[in-house]
Amino acid sequence: MAFDRRSLLKGMATASAAAVASASPVKAARERKVVPEDARGMLYDTTLCIGCKACVRACKEANDMPADTSTPGMENYDAPTDLNEYTKNIIKLYKEGDRRSYVKRQCMQCVDPACVGACMIGSFRKEKYGVITWDKERCIGCRYCQMACPFNVPKFEWSSLNPYIVKCEYCRQRAGDKQWEPACCEVCPREAVIAGTYDELLAEAKRRLAEHPDRYEPKIYGEKDLGGTQVLYLSHVPFEKLGFKFDSEEPVPEMQQTIQHGVYQGFIAPAALYAGLGVVMWRNRKKSGLPEEEGEA
Amino acid sequence: MSSHAEPLGGPALGKVSKWILWIGILGVVLILWRFAVGLGRSTGLTDGYPWGLWIAFDVVTGTALGCGGFAMALLVYIFNKGKYHPLVRPAILTSALGYSMAGLAIAIDVGRPWFIWRIPLGGFPDMGKYNWNSALLEVALCVMAYVIVLWIELSPAFFEKWKDSPKEGLANFSKKAYGIVNKLLIWIIALGVLLPTMHQSSLGSLMLLSGPRLHGLWNTPFLPLLFLISCIAMGYAVVVMESALASRYFGRPSHTSMLADIGKVAAYMIWVFLALRLVELVLRGRLGLMFQFNVFSLMFWLEIICFAVPAVMLMNAQKRQNLGYLFRAAMMLVLAGTMYRFDTYLVAFMPGENFSYFPTVPEMFVTIGIVAIEIVLYVALVTVFPILAGRSTTAEAH
Repeated sequence: MAFDRRSLLKGMATASAAAVASASPVKAARERKVVPEDARGMLYDTTLCIGCKACVRACKEANDMPADTSTPGMENYDAPTDLNEYTKNIIKLYKEGDRRSYVKRQCMQCVDPACVGACMIGSFRKEKYGVITWDKERCIGCRYCQMACPFNVPKFEWSSLNPYIVKCEYCRQRAGDKQWEPACCEVCPREAVIAGTYDELLAEAKRRLAEHPDRYEPKIYGEKDLGGTQVLYLSHVPFEKLGFKFDSEEPVPEMQQTIQHGVYQGFIAPAALYAGLGVVMWRNRKKSGLPEEEGEA
Repeated sequence: MSSHAEPLGGPALGKVSKWILWIGILGVVLILWRFAVGLGRSTGLTDGYPWGLWIAFDVVTGTALGCGGFAMALLVYIFNKGKYHPLVRPAILTSALGYSMAGLAIAIDVGRPWFIWRIPLGGFPDMGKYNWNSALLEVALCVMAYVIVLWIELSPAFFEKWKDSPKEGLANFSKKAYGIVNKLLIWIIALGVLLPTMHQSSLGSLMLLSGPRLHGLWNTPFLPLLFLISCIAMGYAVVVMESALASRYFGRPSHTSMLADIGKVAAYMIWVFLALRLVELVLRGRLGLMFQFNVFSLMFWLEIICFAVPAVMLMNAQKRQNLGYLFRAAMMLVLAGTMYRFDTYLVAFMPGENFSYFPTVPEMFVTIGIVAIEIVLYVALVTVFPILAGRSTTAEAH
């Protein structure tokens, strides 16, 4: 092959600089996010929930959501089987032999949310009280939030011709009220799900766990998982049975943003690469002594 | 060393092209239907698999297959291998078409494409509040910019034709524009290397956000680097395939020994890719995942074999002087890179047992239709404009 070693090496150096600049996992420190000071959250306790679904109905009413009549055989009922384009809050049942438990699913209000890291134009934001909001005006429907959310929370209006994302926003429309509670927490007859400041709720969860260690799995889900969530769970069955499969303490966006920040810090590396490429080509052109016109692509 | 490209001549839309065009028209009709009934009814997509065939193939694989222009620019302009120049222009054409069609696919896939323009043009009043951490934002902006860069890189082919046009205005404009483009060419080509380096690696970073739900054999911090290396190898493979086909069907010089060299470069890239991939799995203690005999380990091995076979084939200095042999190796490499992308975006993505995805027939025909349109446009453009190296150039001209 007609490559002489020197030019090959030179080219290799440029190319590998390019590769390193653009892609290598540089470990630049990315600070762990902490729970905001004014954070609000929820605490859900499986031992208290009786599966009455009052919260599901209250959520629909508070958020003006249509009935979900799409479940086969249940066309006359609002009977969602999971979070979906009509449903921001759901009660699901886990059953295995004698063991059973309900579990409530809605947005977990992550401390370091993947959806916020994903969204191109900042439709998802972590706002006051640590609530993750979604701005209708900015969404173009790319669905990267759905690819990113480890809890499968954001849903897409698949049946609409002008589709938006559907997601629990902690009833943020009520934020002005003094007794601000999301509808689900307000309506729960057993106080299986309660609202409050994050600190209160975490203390309450720890108290219950200490008082009845025999009753619960020895863990508060959301305290540390995936960087922490503002919605906390206590359970009498293993958490993975309820669909909480991830217990790594690493926030989802950490790896990607560590790389991205390392490479694109101040846009220096790409600018340097661009200048480098230009200089290499300019010298190549000069060396080959060609008239300019011959350099055409 | 300058390549004297010549148009093929004859009708831009031949008999075969017309037949292929019908497939493209079917695709366009289905695209209109998708907008009439919505994504839910027209595709197999669900809340579990929000990205499907259109993203995995048309966008992620399609742009990687469109890396011929990027890969050849690296070789010819950065490594200063001027003798491969005759292969550049057709490679840029395939890239320009591949990227343009990927852009079309994105517009079909997103829910509200009528707002896409807002992203680059600042239609959202506060660009500062864009999420500059988003790998997807980077991909979107880079791909949009690169489509423009590719057509500018190709534009000398149009100006060469138009400068002899009987229409005086067009001829004068072409002469002027040709001069300007030539003056700026270095900086345009530098962009043409920088942008794909950025967004092809970011197409890998994208899936890092699916990390917890991505199978361990694919979820690695090396994703961006692996995507970058494999897209360059795929770019070379596409150049080999396209040149082989052009020489077979259009009777143009086959450049076999050049293609053999390029094949060898591609082989080196694959070895680097495979080494990185395996070393990383060893370092993270994930070797065990390869031997679990489930669908993931099966797909993993299939992928590794599909990469390794062409890498071994292309190391054979004698046999790779045979155009058919080269073509088969390149095809295998393209298949391997495609599998790697499908696996990363679909197979290794695990949203939960209650979700499954398989593209609907209309979804597939949209993809097939888009490829058909690409083929028709390729043939039409090389027929009318000087893009392929002319018959008069000998294959080994320096």
